[in-house]
Amino acid sequence: MKTFISAIATSCLLLAAGQSLAADKPTDPQIAHIAYTAGAIDVDAAKLALSKTKNKDVEAFAQSMKKDHEAVNEKALALVKKLKVTPEDNPTSQALAKAAKEKQAELSKLDGAAFDKAYIDNEVAYHKQVNGALETVLIPSAENKDLRSLLETGLKLFQGHEQHAEHVAMELK
Amino acid sequence: MISVPMKRRRFLLTGVVVAAGASLARAHNGKIHVAVENLTFSPADIEAKVGEIVEWTNKDPFDHTATVNGGWEVTIPAGQKATHLVTAGDTVEYYCRFHPNMKGHTKVVS
Repeated sequence: MKTFISAIATSCLLLAAGQSLAADKPTDPQIAHIAYTAGAIDVDAAKLALSKTKNKDVEAFAQSMKKDHEAVNEKALALVKKLKVTPEDNPTSQALAKAAKEKQAELSKLDGAAFDKAYIDNEVAYHKQVNGALETVLIPSAENKDLRSLLETGLKLFQGHEQHAEHVAMELK
Repeated sequence: MISVPMKRRRFLLTGVVVAAGASLARAHNGKIHVAVENLTFSPADIEAKVGEIVEWTNKDPFDHTATVNGGWEVTIPAGQKATHLVTAGDTVEYYCRFHPNMKGHTKVVS
Protein backbone atom coordinates (compact mmCIF):
# COMPACT_ATOMS: atom_id res chain seq x y z
CA MET A 1 0.00 0.00 0.00
CA LYS A 2 2.80 2.32 0.97
CA THR A 3 4.58 1.56 -2.30
CA PHE A 4 1.40 2.17 -4.24
CA ILE A 5 0.87 5.58 -2.64
CA SER A 6 4.47 6.59 -3.23
CA ALA A 7 4.14 5.43 -6.85
CA ILE A 8 1.09 7.68 -7.26
CA ALA A 9 2.91 10.55 -5.59
CA THR A 10 5.84 10.09 -7.95
CA SER A 11 3.68 10.03 -11.05
CA CYS A 12 1.85 13.17 -9.86
CA LEU A 13 5.19 14.90 -9.48
CA LEU A 14 6.26 13.74 -12.93
CA LEU A 15 2.98 14.92 -14.36
CA ALA A 16 3.41 18.33 -12.74
CA ALA A 17 6.97 18.54 -14.03
CA GLY A 18 5.75 17.61 -17.50
CA GLN A 19 3.10 20.30 -17.43
CA SER A 20 5.50 22.97 -16.28
CA LEU A 21 7.89 21.90 -19.06
CA ALA A 22 5.07 22.15 -21.57
CA ALA A 23 4.16 25.61 -20.30
CA ASP A 24 7.80 26.72 -20.48
CA LYS A 25 8.51 25.26 -23.86
CA PRO A 26 10.27 27.67 -26.18
CA THR A 27 8.44 29.25 -29.11
CA ASP A 28 9.72 28.96 -32.70
CA PRO A 29 11.28 32.47 -32.68
CA GLN A 30 13.09 31.54 -29.44
CA ILE A 31 14.18 28.15 -30.80
CA ALA A 32 15.61 29.84 -33.91
CA HIS A 33 17.52 32.25 -31.66
CA ILE A 34 18.89 29.47 -29.45
CA ALA A 35 20.00 27.36 -32.42
CA TYR A 36 21.66 30.32 -34.14
CA THR A 37 23.41 31.39 -30.91
CA ALA A 38 24.67 27.86 -30.30
CA GLY A 39 26.18 27.79 -33.80
CA ALA A 40 27.72 31.26 -33.55
CA ILE A 41 29.37 30.33 -30.24
CA ASP A 42 31.10 27.38 -31.86
CA VAL A 43 32.27 29.53 -34.80
CA ASP A 44 33.89 31.94 -32.31
CA ALA A 45 35.54 29.06 -30.47
CA ALA A 46 36.85 27.72 -33.80
CA LYS A 47 38.28 31.14 -34.72
CA LEU A 48 40.13 31.28 -31.39
CA ALA A 49 41.46 27.75 -31.98
CA LEU A 50 42.64 28.61 -35.50
CA SER A 51 44.56 31.60 -34.13
CA LYS A 52 46.23 29.49 -31.43
CA THR A 53 46.74 25.86 -32.39
CA LYS A 54 49.74 24.36 -34.12
CA ASN A 55 48.29 20.86 -34.12
CA LYS A 56 47.10 19.68 -37.56
CA ASP A 57 44.19 17.56 -36.27
CA VAL A 58 42.93 20.39 -34.06
CA GLU A 59 43.29 22.85 -36.91
CA ALA A 60 41.36 20.60 -39.33
CA PHE A 61 38.67 20.10 -36.69
CA ALA A 62 38.35 23.86 -36.00
CA GLN A 63 38.17 24.62 -39.72
CA SER A 64 35.39 22.07 -40.11
CA MET A 65 33.49 23.59 -37.13
CA LYS A 66 33.78 27.09 -38.55
CA LYS A 67 32.62 26.08 -42.05
CA ASP A 68 29.82 23.74 -40.93
CA HIS A 69 28.32 26.04 -38.31
CA GLU A 70 28.53 29.03 -40.63
CA ALA A 71 26.78 27.01 -43.36
CA VAL A 72 24.00 25.80 -41.07
CA ASN A 73 23.50 29.29 -39.63
CA GLU A 74 23.20 30.67 -43.17
CA LYS A 75 20.47 28.09 -43.79
CA ALA A 76 18.79 29.14 -40.53
CA LEU A 77 18.85 32.82 -41.53
CA ALA A 78 17.40 31.99 -44.96
CA LEU A 79 14.66 29.95 -43.29
CA VAL A 80 13.60 32.62 -40.75
CA LYS A 81 13.51 35.14 -43.60
CA LYS A 82 11.31 32.81 -45.66
CA LEU A 83 9.02 32.17 -42.69
CA LYS A 84 9.03 35.85 -41.73
CA VAL A 85 10.05 34.91 -38.21
CA THR A 86 12.16 37.27 -36.11
CA PRO A 87 14.46 35.29 -33.81
CA GLU A 88 13.72 36.28 -30.21
CA ASP A 89 16.35 36.58 -27.50
CA ASN A 90 15.55 34.53 -24.39
CA PRO A 91 17.09 33.30 -21.11
CA THR A 92 18.46 30.09 -22.71
CA SER A 93 20.32 32.05 -25.41
CA GLN A 94 21.60 34.45 -22.76
CA ALA A 95 22.83 31.61 -20.53
CA LEU A 96 24.58 29.99 -23.51
CA ALA A 97 26.27 33.27 -24.47
CA LYS A 98 27.37 33.96 -20.89
CA ALA A 99 28.87 30.48 -20.44
CA ALA A 100 30.61 30.76 -23.82
CA LYS A 101 32.14 34.12 -22.92
CA GLU A 102 33.56 32.66 -19.71
CA LYS A 103 34.92 29.61 -21.54
CA GLN A 104 36.46 31.81 -24.24
CA ALA A 105 38.26 33.88 -21.56
CA GLU A 106 39.52 30.70 -19.91
CA LEU A 107 40.77 29.23 -23.21
CA SER A 108 42.43 32.52 -24.25
CA LYS A 109 44.86 32.18 -21.35
CA LEU A 110 46.10 28.76 -22.51
CA ASP A 111 48.64 27.86 -25.18
CA GLY A 112 50.12 24.85 -26.94
CA ALA A 113 49.06 21.36 -25.88
CA ALA A 114 47.15 22.70 -22.86
CA PHE A 115 45.02 24.86 -25.16
CA ASP A 116 44.43 22.02 -27.64
CA LYS A 117 43.26 19.67 -24.91
CA ALA A 118 41.01 22.22 -23.22
CA TYR A 119 39.49 23.31 -26.54
CA ILE A 120 38.76 19.77 -27.76
CA ASP A 121 37.44 18.61 -24.36
CA ASN A 122 35.11 21.58 -24.32
CA GLU A 123 33.98 20.83 -27.89
CA VAL A 124 33.03 17.29 -26.86
CA ALA A 125 31.11 18.58 -23.82
CA TYR A 126 29.53 21.50 -25.69
CA HIS A 127 28.25 19.38 -28.59
CA LYS A 128 26.90 16.84 -26.08
CA GLN A 129 25.04 19.61 -24.28
CA VAL A 130 23.62 21.13 -27.47
CA ASN A 131 22.62 17.70 -28.82
CA GLY A 132 20.82 16.96 -25.56
CA ALA A 133 18.91 20.23 -25.81
CA LEU A 134 18.04 19.59 -29.47
CA GLU A 135 16.76 16.10 -28.76
CA THR A 136 14.79 16.74 -25.58
CA VAL A 137 13.55 20.32 -25.92
CA LEU A 138 14.17 22.16 -29.18
CA ILE A 139 13.08 19.55 -31.77
CA PRO A 140 9.99 18.37 -29.83
CA SER A 141 8.94 22.00 -29.21
CA ALA A 142 9.33 23.27 -32.78
CA GLU A 143 5.94 23.90 -34.37
CA ASN A 144 7.02 24.70 -37.91
CA LYS A 145 7.99 21.61 -39.89
CA ASP A 146 10.75 23.36 -41.89
CA LEU A 147 12.30 24.60 -38.66
CA ARG A 148 12.04 21.12 -37.16
CA SER A 149 13.64 19.57 -40.23
CA LEU A 150 16.55 22.06 -40.08
CA LEU A 151 17.01 21.26 -36.39
CA GLU A 152 17.04 17.54 -37.21
CA THR A 153 19.78 18.11 -39.80
CA GLY A 154 21.57 20.21 -37.17
CA LEU A 155 21.34 17.34 -34.68
CA LYS A 156 22.88 14.89 -37.16
CA LEU A 157 25.61 17.39 -37.98
CA PHE A 158 26.42 18.12 -34.33
CA GLN A 159 26.39 14.40 -33.46
CA GLY A 160 28.98 14.01 -36.21
CA HIS A 161 31.00 16.86 -34.69
CA GLU A 162 30.81 15.24 -31.27
CA GLN A 163 32.27 11.99 -32.67
CA HIS A 164 34.92 13.93 -34.63
CA ALA A 165 35.88 15.80 -31.44
CA GLU A 166 36.10 12.48 -29.56
CA HIS A 167 38.46 11.12 -32.25
CA VAL A 168 40.69 14.19 -32.00
CA ALA A 169 40.62 13.98 -28.18
CA MET A 170 41.92 10.41 -28.43
CA GLU A 171 44.68 11.50 -30.80
CA LEU A 172 45.79 14.13 -28.27
CA LYS A 173 46.20 11.58 -25.47
CA MET B 1 45.45 10.09 -39.58
CA ILE B 2 42.55 9.37 -37.37
CA SER B 3 42.42 5.96 -35.77
CA VAL B 4 39.12 4.36 -35.00
CA PRO B 5 39.23 2.17 -31.90
CA MET B 6 38.26 -1.48 -32.04
CA LYS B 7 34.94 -0.87 -30.30
CA ARG B 8 33.90 1.66 -32.90
CA ARG B 9 34.97 -0.65 -35.72
CA ARG B 10 32.65 -3.31 -34.42
CA PHE B 11 29.89 -0.74 -34.34
CA LEU B 12 30.63 0.12 -37.98
CA LEU B 13 30.33 -3.56 -38.90
CA THR B 14 27.02 -3.87 -37.07
CA GLY B 15 25.74 -0.83 -38.95
CA VAL B 16 26.59 -2.47 -42.24
CA VAL B 17 24.73 -5.65 -41.34
CA VAL B 18 21.63 -3.65 -40.46
CA ALA B 19 21.86 -1.65 -43.69
CA ALA B 20 22.35 -4.77 -45.84
CA GLY B 21 18.65 -4.93 -46.63
CA ALA B 22 18.75 -1.49 -48.26
CA SER B 23 18.58 -1.20 -52.03
CA LEU B 24 21.88 -1.40 -53.86
CA ALA B 25 23.07 1.28 -56.27
CA ARG B 26 22.89 0.26 -59.93
CA ALA B 27 25.94 0.99 -62.01
CA HIS B 28 25.45 2.46 -65.43
CA ASN B 29 28.20 3.55 -67.80
CA GLY B 30 30.59 1.99 -65.32
CA LYS B 31 29.73 4.58 -62.68
CA ILE B 32 28.03 3.97 -59.40
CA HIS B 33 26.24 6.99 -58.06
CA VAL B 34 26.05 7.76 -54.36
CA ALA B 35 24.17 10.83 -53.20
CA VAL B 36 25.41 12.60 -50.09
CA GLU B 37 22.53 14.51 -48.59
CA ASN B 38 21.44 15.44 -45.09
CA LEU B 39 24.58 13.78 -43.74
CA THR B 40 23.72 10.41 -45.25
CA PHE B 41 25.37 8.31 -47.97
CA SER B 42 22.56 7.06 -50.18
CA PRO B 43 22.63 4.22 -50.89
CA ALA B 44 24.89 3.38 -47.97
CA ASP B 45 25.62 -0.04 -49.43
CA ILE B 46 27.02 -0.54 -52.92
CA GLU B 47 28.36 -3.40 -55.00
CA ALA B 48 31.02 -2.66 -57.59
CA LYS B 49 33.31 -4.43 -60.03
CA VAL B 50 37.03 -3.76 -60.16
CA GLY B 51 37.63 -0.86 -62.55
CA GLU B 52 34.23 0.77 -62.00
CA ILE B 53 34.03 4.28 -60.62
CA VAL B 54 32.10 5.33 -57.53
CA GLU B 55 30.88 8.89 -57.84
CA TRP B 56 29.66 10.77 -54.78
CA THR B 57 27.50 13.86 -55.32
CA ASN B 58 27.53 16.10 -52.27
CA LYS B 59 24.24 17.99 -52.03
CA ASP B 60 25.00 19.31 -48.53
CA PRO B 61 26.47 22.74 -47.77
CA PHE B 62 29.11 20.87 -45.72
CA ASP B 63 32.38 19.26 -46.85
CA HIS B 64 32.44 15.50 -46.48
CA THR B 65 34.92 12.69 -47.04
CA ALA B 66 34.72 9.01 -47.84
CA THR B 67 37.46 7.64 -45.61
CA VAL B 68 38.60 4.07 -45.20
CA ASN B 69 40.33 3.54 -41.89
CA GLY B 70 44.00 2.89 -42.73
CA GLY B 71 43.19 3.15 -46.45
CA TRP B 72 42.07 5.65 -49.05
CA GLU B 73 40.28 8.93 -48.53
CA VAL B 74 38.24 10.94 -51.00
CA THR B 75 37.35 14.54 -50.19
CA ILE B 76 33.85 15.50 -51.34
CA PRO B 77 33.58 19.30 -51.05
CA ALA B 78 30.21 20.97 -50.38
CA GLY B 79 28.05 20.99 -53.50
CA GLN B 80 30.60 19.02 -55.58
CA LYS B 81 31.30 15.55 -56.93
CA ALA B 82 34.21 13.24 -56.25
CA THR B 83 35.16 9.80 -57.56
CA HIS B 84 37.05 6.68 -56.59
CA LEU B 85 38.28 3.93 -58.92
CA VAL B 86 37.34 0.56 -57.46
CA THR B 87 40.22 -1.87 -56.92
CA ALA B 88 40.31 -5.52 -55.81
CA GLY B 89 40.69 -4.71 -52.11
CA ASP B 90 37.71 -2.39 -51.94
CA THR B 91 35.30 -4.51 -49.92
CA VAL B 92 35.44 -1.93 -47.17
CA GLU B 93 33.51 0.24 -44.78
CA TYR B 94 34.02 3.95 -45.14
CA TYR B 95 32.94 6.96 -43.11
CA CYS B 96 33.12 10.75 -43.22
CA ARG B 97 36.16 12.03 -41.32
CA PHE B 98 34.35 15.26 -40.42
CA HIS B 99 31.11 13.53 -39.41
CA PRO B 100 32.00 9.95 -38.39
CA ASN B 101 28.32 9.13 -37.86
CA MET B 102 28.04 8.99 -41.68
CA LYS B 103 28.86 5.48 -42.86
CA GLY B 104 28.94 3.58 -46.12
CA HIS B 105 30.08 0.22 -47.44
CA THR B 106 31.43 -1.01 -50.75
CA LYS B 107 31.56 -4.64 -51.81
CA VAL B 108 33.64 -5.83 -54.73
CA VAL B 109 31.81 -8.36 -56.90
CA SER B 110 33.00 -10.19 -60.00
